[in-house]
Amino acid sequence: MMRPLDGNVLAGPVSGLFAFDATSTRAQCDGCGDVAMIAQAMVYGEPMGYVVRCRLCDSVLLVVVERARHRLLSMPGVRWLRVDTQDDGPAGP
Amino acid sequence: MSEATRRWRRGTLVRDRALSASARSVTFAVPDWPGAAAGQHVDVRLTAPDGYQAVRSYSLARAGTDREIELAVERLPDGEVSPFLVDELEPGDEVELRGPLGGWFVWRPGEQRPVQLIAGGSGIVPLVAIARAHAAADSTAPMRLLASVRTPESALYRDELEQLRATAPTRWHYTRVAPPGWTGPVGRLSPRDLEREVIAGSQHPLVYVCGPTGFVEAVARTLIDLGQTADSIRTERFGGT
Repeated sequence: MMRPLDGNVLAGPVSGLFAFDATSTRAQCDGCGDVAMIAQAMVYGEPMGYVVRCRLCDSVLLVVVERARHRLLSMPGVRWLRVDTQDDGPAGP
Repeated sequence: MSEATRRWRRGTLVRDRALSASARSVTFAVPDWPGAAAGQHVDVRLTAPDGYQAVRSYSLARAGTDREIELAVERLPDGEVSPFLVDELEPGDEVELRGPLGGWFVWRPGEQRPVQLIAGGSGIVPLVAIARAHAAADSTAPMRLLASVRTPESALYRDELEQLRATAPTRWHYTRVAPPGWTGPVGRLSPRDLEREVIAGSQHPLVYVCGPTGFVEAVARTLIDLGQTADSIRTERFGGT
């Protein structure tokens, strides 16, 4: 099996689902409380879709499935997303 | 995330060149390309005659607003998409592209902090884009690149990086075979190598690490052990081995 990727790879599959770049958005893991950018999560991809896991505790944060005529987004392990509205770029550390 | 970013566009291969025995630079003309920041990627979608589709992400080797985008693709054994892009695609052929994508593994010219770039293998591609953008913007932020490659022949963009040595000097590191006369260590990047070659944590650098998953995780872990702060390390993994 392919080794895990990270949340950067989700930028395309979730584009259009949010009004912002979701990969440079902070999320809190509902399992362990870790706060990290979606880009920092571990991503297990293909062939069914993307399973996005917390970098620390392995909880499933999100599931993303992209098909020709629909996309499915599930967020079973995300307590919150924080969107920085100051500019287009990441807020930085 | 604008409508412009998420729709699929057709890109036509207009230029290509071999970067190594297993990697190829491919430049596509893309009408209405909105431009990209350094470090961003695109998704490439191929559709088989039976309708089967495969999508993979590839880093852009150059930022900017040209109507042409340059990708560098390394052939992965058993890959679904990369062998086609490296071996089969011919000038005039079209692929579908979505992007530019990603907002985290990105360097912007207004950034003043020192920058340390660390590449494993073809993970050098987005870092080449960052080094090019840094030079193009006449940035005064110090920038250095540490590039780990298996052999001298597998180094990508060596000539281009040589031209950027005044603004973003590159240190090559060899894991299997070094060039003749090489006196440095050969082998995986060790904590000692990283301590010697990477801008010290006391200077608060932004660190970009891109490469195979195992490489990225080992490097990031070691950097934290050496005193870099986790929030200053931006990583991009591309799977593989």
